[in-house]
Amino acid sequence: MFAFIISRILQSLPVLLAVALISFAMFAYVGDPVAIMLGQDYTQAQRDALVADLGLDKPFWVQFGTFVGNAVQGEFGLSYRLSRPVADLIAERAPATLELAFCAAGLALLVGVPMGVYTGLYRNSWLSRFFLTFSLIGVSLPTFLIGILLILVFAVWLGVLPSFGRGDTVRLGWWTTGFLTWTGVKALVLPAITLGLFQLTLIMRLVRAEMLEVLRTDYIKFARARGLPNRVVHFGHALKNTMVPVITIVGLQLGAIIAFAIVTETVFQWPGMGLLFIQSVGAADIPVMSAYLLLIALVFVTINLIVDLLYYAVDPRLRIGRGKGGH
Amino acid sequence: MAAAVRRFLDSDLWFSFTRSPVTVVSAIVAAVCILGAVLAPWIAPHNPFDLASLNLSDAFKPPAWDEEGAREYLLGTDDQGRDVLSAIMYGARVSLLVGLSATIFATLLGVTLGLLAGYVGGALDSLLMRICDIQLTFPSILVALLVDGVVRAALPREVHDQIALFVVIFAIGISEWPKFARTVRGSTLVERNKEYVQAARVIGVPRGRIMVSHVLPNVIGPVLVVATLNLGLAILAEATLSFLGVGVPPTQPSLGTLIRIGNDFLFSGEWWITIFPGVALIAMVLSVNLLGDWLRDALNPKLR
Repeated sequence: MFAFIISRILQSLPVLLAVALISFAMFAYVGDPVAIMLGQDYTQAQRDALVADLGLDKPFWVQFGTFVGNAVQGEFGLSYRLSRPVADLIAERAPATLELAFCAAGLALLVGVPMGVYTGLYRNSWLSRFFLTFSLIGVSLPTFLIGILLILVFAVWLGVLPSFGRGDTVRLGWWTTGFLTWTGVKALVLPAITLGLFQLTLIMRLVRAEMLEVLRTDYIKFARARGLPNRVVHFGHALKNTMVPVITIVGLQLGAIIAFAIVTETVFQWPGMGLLFIQSVGAADIPVMSAYLLLIALVFVTINLIVDLLYYAVDPRLRIGRGKGGH
Repeated sequence: MAAAVRRFLDSDLWFSFTRSPVTVVSAIVAAVCILGAVLAPWIAPHNPFDLASLNLSDAFKPPAWDEEGAREYLLGTDDQGRDVLSAIMYGARVSLLVGLSATIFATLLGVTLGLLAGYVGGALDSLLMRICDIQLTFPSILVALLVDGVVRAALPREVHDQIALFVVIFAIGISEWPKFARTVRGSTLVERNKEYVQAARVIGVPRGRIMVSHVLPNVIGPVLVVATLNLGLAILAEATLSFLGVGVPPTQPSLGTLIRIGNDFLFSGEWWITIFPGVALIAMVLSVNLLGDWLRDALNPKLR
C-alpha cells in the first residue's frame, strides 16, 4: 500500500514539472515583465540592473529551478494588474471558490446518487421518467445559461434569492466563510445549483446505468433467494458495487467543477479564484495566470491520487489481486 | 444521378434515419439553424450592423406578441434598437463559423499527429501520447482559456483585435486535438500490421505515401463521428469564451456575445435580449449533438 502511494506520487511529479515548465515559459517569454515593472521611462543601466536583480541574465534552466523553488514556497511574484503578491490574491479568493465547489459537489452527490438509485430500481415509474427528462436538460444546457435562467426566475421574477456576490462573510483566521450568515447561505444557493446541476445529472445517469447492470447479476438473485430484505439487497449489495465507476467520474468531475467555477463565478460575480483568473486573462496578467495553472494542476493531480486510493478502499478485489502480484 | 439517390434511399443509413423521429426532428432543427445562419445577410429582416437603419426610439421593444411589441421586430429589440432575431441570425453565423473552423483545425492537427504517433511509433509516439495525457487531465475549456490568454498577452492589442477570431479558433482547436489523435492512433496501430500495408512496404512505397494514401482512408471513419460530436462542443466552447468576454471581438458578436450583452438587461426586465440567443444556442447545439449520437450508433455495426 505504502509503496503504491509512493509510486503514484512519483508518477505525478513529471506532470507537475511539465505544467511548471509551461507556466514558467509563459512567465518568462510572454510580454516583457521588465518593461512592465519599470514603467514608462528608464535608462539601459536601470534595465540591466533590474535584469541582473531578477536573475533574468542567468541560463534558462537556472531560472526555471529558481521558479520551481519559489513556487514550492508559494511565491509567484506580483500581479501586473493589481501590483500585489499573487499568493495573497489567491489565498484571499480561495475560500469563496472552495466553498462553492464543495456545495456544488455535495449537492450533486447527495441528490444525484439517490435519484440514480431510485430510477434504477423503479425504472418505469412516472417519477423516473420525469427525472430522466430533467437530466437531459441538465446535460445539454451550458452552465452560463443555467445561471442566467435561475437568476431570471429566482432573483428577477420571484425576488427571493440574491443574484450576485457572497452576501455577508465571517472571518475565521485567514479563511472567510459564507456559511455562518443568513445572507451568505442565501447567496450560495443559486451558484451552487448552477455549478452542480451538470454533475448531478451525470451522476444520476451513471448510478442508474450501473444499478440496472448490477441488479441483473447472479449474486443479487442469490441474495434475494436467501430471503434478504430489499433494503439490504439494494443498498448493501447493489449500490456498493456501483461505486467504483461513480468514484472515478466524481473524481474527474471535481476537476470539472473547479474549471466551470470560472463560468459560474462570472455569472454571479462570485469573488473567487475563477473570477480572478478570467479578469487576469482579459488583462493579460501572466503571473496570476501561471500561478493559477500550477495550482489547478496540483489540485488535479491530488484528486487523481485520492481517487486511486479510494479504489482500494472500495474494491477488495484490487487489494487481493495486488497481493498475488497482479493479474 | 437518379441511381445514386435511389441507392442512398435504399441504404441502411437512410433506413435508420427515418426510423428515429428524434433524429429527423433534430435534422430539421439543425438545418433551420444552419440555413438561417448561412443565409443571414439575405433573409434576415434587418441588418444589425447597418448603423444608418438603427433607430434609438425602437430600443427595448418586447417581442411581437407582447402588447407593446412591434410586428416589425418579431423577437423584440435590444438597447440600441437592433432587431434581436436578425442579431441572432448574424450571431449564429459567427458561432457556426468558429465552431466549424475549430473542429476542422482540431481534426487536421489530431489526425496528422495521431497518424504519425501510430505509424512511426517509438519516442515520437510516447512524447505525443504523454502530451495528450497531460492535456486530457484538464477540462478543454480551461486549456482554451489559457491558450487565449497567452496569445492575448503575447500580441500587441491592435494586432490581437484584428485576428481575434483566428485566436479563438486556434485556442478551441488546440484544446480539442487529443481526442482525434487518440482515435486515429488506435486505429493506425491496428492497420499498420495488416497485409496491405506490409505489401506496400515490401514494394518500396515511401513511408509518407503509405500513411496518407493507404492507412489514412482506413482510419478516417471513426474520426467523422468524433468530429460531428465535437462540433457541438466547439460551438459551446466558443459561446462560453465569448460569454466570459475573452472570445470573439464585440464587432462580430456571436451568440455567446449576445447572451453576455443581454445579461446586463436581465434585471431591468428586458429578458428577451439574452434568452432568445440562449434558446438559439441550445437548439443548435442540441440538434447537432443528437445527430452526432445517431451517426455514432448508425455507423457502429455492433449495435445493428
